[in-house]
Amino acid sequence: MKKFLFLMASGALLLSGCGDNGNDGGSDNSGNEEASDGPNLEATQVIGDDVEGATELTFWNFNELHTGFFEDAVTRWNEEFPDRAIQLTAETYPIDQMHNNLLLSLQSGSGAPDIADIEVSMFANFLQGEPQMLPLNDKIEPELDNLVESRYQMYAKDGQFYGMDYHVGATVMYYNEEIMNEAGVDIDSIKTWDDYVEAGKKVVENTDAMMTTVESDETWSFQPLISQRESDYFDENGDVILDNDINVDTLQFLHDLVYEHEIAELTPGGFHHAEEYYGYMNEGGAASVMMPMWYMGRFLDYMEDLDGKMQIRPLPLWEEGGNRSAGMGGTGTVVTNQTEEPELAKDFLAYSKLTEEGNIQLWKILGFDPPRHDVWDNEEMRADNRFYDYFHDDIFDILLDVRDEIAEVNITEQTSNATQEIQSNVMHSVLRDQSKTPEEALTDAADAVRSRMSE
Amino acid sequence: MQNFLSTEKKPIGPGPQKNRLKFLYSKKAAPYIFVSPFIISFLFLFLYPFASAVNMSFQRVLPGQVEYVGLSNFERVFNPTFYQALQNTSVYVILTVVILTVLPMIFAIFLNHKLMKYSTFFRAAIFIPALTSVIVAGTIFRMIFGDSDGAIANQILNLIGLSPLEWRYGAGTGMFLMVTLASWRWMGVNILYFLAALQNVSNDLYEAADIDGANVWQKFRNVTFPAIKPVVIFLTTISIINGFRMFEESFVFWETSSPGNIGLTVVGYIYQEGIQRNDMGFGAAIGIVLLIVILIISAIQLYLTGAFKKDD
Repeated sequence: MKKFLFLMASGALLLSGCGDNGNDGGSDNSGNEEASDGPNLEATQVIGDDVEGATELTFWNFNELHTGFFEDAVTRWNEEFPDRAIQLTAETYPIDQMHNNLLLSLQSGSGAPDIADIEVSMFANFLQGEPQMLPLNDKIEPELDNLVESRYQMYAKDGQFYGMDYHVGATVMYYNEEIMNEAGVDIDSIKTWDDYVEAGKKVVENTDAMMTTVESDETWSFQPLISQRESDYFDENGDVILDNDINVDTLQFLHDLVYEHEIAELTPGGFHHAEEYYGYMNEGGAASVMMPMWYMGRFLDYMEDLDGKMQIRPLPLWEEGGNRSAGMGGTGTVVTNQTEEPELAKDFLAYSKLTEEGNIQLWKILGFDPPRHDVWDNEEMRADNRFYDYFHDDIFDILLDVRDEIAEVNITEQTSNATQEIQSNVMHSVLRDQSKTPEEALTDAADAVRSRMSE
Repeated sequence: MQNFLSTEKKPIGPGPQKNRLKFLYSKKAAPYIFVSPFIISFLFLFLYPFASAVNMSFQRVLPGQVEYVGLSNFERVFNPTFYQALQNTSVYVILTVVILTVLPMIFAIFLNHKLMKYSTFFRAAIFIPALTSVIVAGTIFRMIFGDSDGAIANQILNLIGLSPLEWRYGAGTGMFLMVTLASWRWMGVNILYFLAALQNVSNDLYEAADIDGANVWQKFRNVTFPAIKPVVIFLTTISIINGFRMFEESFVFWETSSPGNIGLTVVGYIYQEGIQRNDMGFGAAIGIVLLIVILIISAIQLYLTGAFKKDD
């Protein structure tokens, strides 16, 4: 009996072990959007505590930079609406821990903050069942004409908008002009992906660099390309289309870049947020990289030697009249249903994220391409800042140019399943192992997701 | 006692209060009072979560919609991904159990030997890894075993004339990384256990064995090993349980999804399904299955090593 109890206790230990293990993900290097790389330290900052009688709100995020953005918003709000002043407690946690805690507190009905950031790839989990967040339709709908609407549909379910994004995440091509010049390629002559492949051959021939890198551990090479071709993991009804012809063809294209045209290599470290990759790119390892606009900050922080050498251009075309960009990544800020001040929280969130002023600050403070496109040609956006210094002055002209060429991404309750399949199986077996053809790998992954949906 | 009673306002009679105090001095009740902190924490921190995990494994848990779904979670557990996770974990358990009992035993015997110099220094040095966090150590390991030719491990391979490896992308090398990290970290602690046991072996026994003409192997087999056998049993049990619970060693190298699931462990699978895919009922079901697996293996192991016999 004694032994039995001992074993029961060890079993219970095991279970409790699972609980706290989930929380000690100290460092997070995954390419989750704007999540700051390297160790995410916990931090708490109280904003507006000097205002008397201010209403207290709490805000959870996974990136301290976002606290900086809201710090500015609270200050402006308190000046403008002194009778509805806010004291915002902003708490930053590592990305996994924050989402786990938020999910559990919403599930259990207590402990959630008033406002929270939710990363787009995890948003699906929060839309399952009855969303425990407040619909923001009364704020978003009146402004919808000025917004890149696809960025709000991602955070919607049954016609209810739940999240407000920080950026459009327009995917662009970053070219290292020094290498391109050395190879004798004019980057403005690259109009289509065929041109891109030809240019790549010149780069490989004439320089020591590769043309580009393909992610094998994450999806920032694959997903933007299928989205550019108006395909997706799911169609607008939520059915799996992961194994459709466009996706198979696109994955084959990525495979061929590496193994047939031999102008690309697998990303050092596996993805474009890896330490190994930063070093490689900084030393001129590749002539270009396809990433969303918010990746600009990574260049500034991790690739100092490329200062003044990088040029941003729209993506090459698949076909005449096609799209030249794709909206990727994102973080939706939500108001939870546990807030005691729903109106105040919603008004404040709309003030910080939906107003022209707020969108200008998104660019100025965070360097993001703000979701409100009517500010893109605003004079204030043209003022000098560190992003213009590093890159070039016409960033927003490029954005305005591709404004209507950003396809919607369909986020469903199954999105995290699809992402998981692609990251752990598809990319690995097709690009690294070459043990499966793109068609086989995508069919297997699609079937795996379908079988979960039928349960 | 007298003082305490005299401060009471009511006259003290043979009322219920005295009975209550008497209860404290009862030989029957006292043991229960002393063990109550453990019992209470066991009930709230272990048994309650355990019971709700069992309960949850029969549910589909979504915000605002919790429903019982019978055995459907368990029906889904036995899928190829789970078998892959179980296989990874089992290989890991076998390797760590062997490495973490045999090597520390040998090292401890060396360290305990009279002729060993600087043994205190080695003892301390070998123990230090146990003080680091897996996450910190893992991050360093990740850099040592980086993909690039410049990473330390690949430079060493280069020196001895081998071609560099992509450590984190092969099933074999991936397992090597996890086992190495765990072995490096726990070696020192296990050596300490063995040293403690070894120091209890009386020198007289060795002298007696010498007189009887025993050779080194016979001395180890008949004198040393019986003395450290309880430690061996203890360490195998602990290593098996810890091995099946392993999560961080995989997490530091691949975080939550590894290429081709080469680093997926059962607990990693629980985390992936329960938290990342928000399917807590399914995650709980995997946990219950894992619990049963560990129960069976530990029972077999304890039976084979004779741990039950002494009790009966």
